[in-house]
Amino acid sequence: MKSLILRDLRLAVRSGGGFALTLSFFLIVVMMVPFGVGANLDLLARIAPGVLWIGALLSCLLSLDRIFQLDWEDGTLEALATSPIPLSGIATAKATAHWIITGLPITIAAIPLGYLLNLETEAYIWLVASLSVGTPALSFIGAFGAAITVGIKRGGLLLSLLVLPLYIPTLMLGAQCVTIGSETPIKLLALVAAISLFCIALIPFACAIALRANLK
Amino acid sequence: MSLWEYANPAKFMALSARILPYLAIASSCLLLAGLFWGFFLTPADYKQGSTVKIIFLHVPAALMAINAWLMMLVTSLVWLIRRHHVSALAAKAAAPIGITMTLIAIATGAIWGKPMWGTYWAWDPRLTSFMILLVFYFGYLALWEAIEDKDTAADLTSTLCIVGSIFALLSRYAVNFWSQGLHQGASLSLDKEQHVDNTFYLPLLVCIVGMVLLFLTLVLIRTRTEIRSRRLIALRLRGI
Repeated sequence: MKSLILRDLRLAVRSGGGFALTLSFFLIVVMMVPFGVGANLDLLARIAPGVLWIGALLSCLLSLDRIFQLDWEDGTLEALATSPIPLSGIATAKATAHWIITGLPITIAAIPLGYLLNLETEAYIWLVASLSVGTPALSFIGAFGAAITVGIKRGGLLLSLLVLPLYIPTLMLGAQCVTIGSETPIKLLALVAAISLFCIALIPFACAIALRANLK
Repeated sequence: MSLWEYANPAKFMALSARILPYLAIASSCLLLAGLFWGFFLTPADYKQGSTVKIIFLHVPAALMAINAWLMMLVTSLVWLIRRHHVSALAAKAAAPIGITMTLIAIATGAIWGKPMWGTYWAWDPRLTSFMILLVFYFGYLALWEAIEDKDTAADLTSTLCIVGSIFALLSRYAVNFWSQGLHQGASLSLDKEQHVDNTFYLPLLVCIVGMVLLFLTLVLIRTRTEIRSRRLIALRLRGI
């Protein structure tokens, strides 16, 4: 499993996309917001938590098809399915690799981007905390969506339609946690963490069912 | 003799053909009677005026919107565990009806909301949950359409339905943290003493039963259509 994660990381770095592409996309999305709503600093400070979370969510979404698609196309996935690691283990490894490639850099990049959006000073700690415990949920739910749509050609739009509704609870609680003035951010943070742990524990099995149906 | 006998498509077709007319007549009679009773024979509410009567359409539709998804969840589980084709087809058949019920609930709620809350739409937890439910229905149906192999499609949509149910439930409770409620609490319940007054309660009950029967009728009709179209494909493959 470790070698599988390392292999995915190496592929992501060497194929030139990896970190840079996701981060550039995150930057662009966040940059578009002031262009759309105007450069009013008060307004930006108010919507910053939501914008940063939605930006993180979209950047995550755009890299989902990489999780299984390439391995599916060249037959690696079939070879992996016959290996001694169970399919759920493979899904766990791939989702973890996806989190390291997207979730982790997004969490770090959110700090300077928060400054661009005039995020309030006290909110940074909650931003980093909520993103770092929330992005694993995004990667694991995303892996499930990717596993379901892996056999569909040009399934990108369908993937978004399937995955975004599943992201709703994480987004709601995560963005709410960063919003200053919301009572007890620690409670919301705990709920986000709960969703993440739940996803890490159970989503790989759903992934395995979906992959098995697709590999049949 | 067990319930599973009707997993055999031939038996299912025979039984459903026999009970469909009764179901159709019963549901249309109950719905017509209930709606007529509710719309014309009940007094106007002292605060809400005659707009209160939209409850006779709104509540049954909203109930069925959720129960249709529940039914899909059960049939999806049956498909994944026991692999009965009728079950998977019934889940597929229920989805568009669920969408229609959700839309009816949202639309009637909006029409009622304008005079009462002064707005067609508010980001209230219940309203938002229904919008989320609608998106889940869309995703589910889109997945059915996107996959060519029927058994794979049934597998994947069933998995999606189960995972989706969990997240729909999560969203339902997550929205409570995110916005304040405008929608009133439940007017009906099985375990509480206090109900809506009987003059409204009885016709509402008739409407709900009618809507349940209407849902069953439509699901049976749509499942029969699915089975027939599946048979047509099989015949064509055999080269007849």
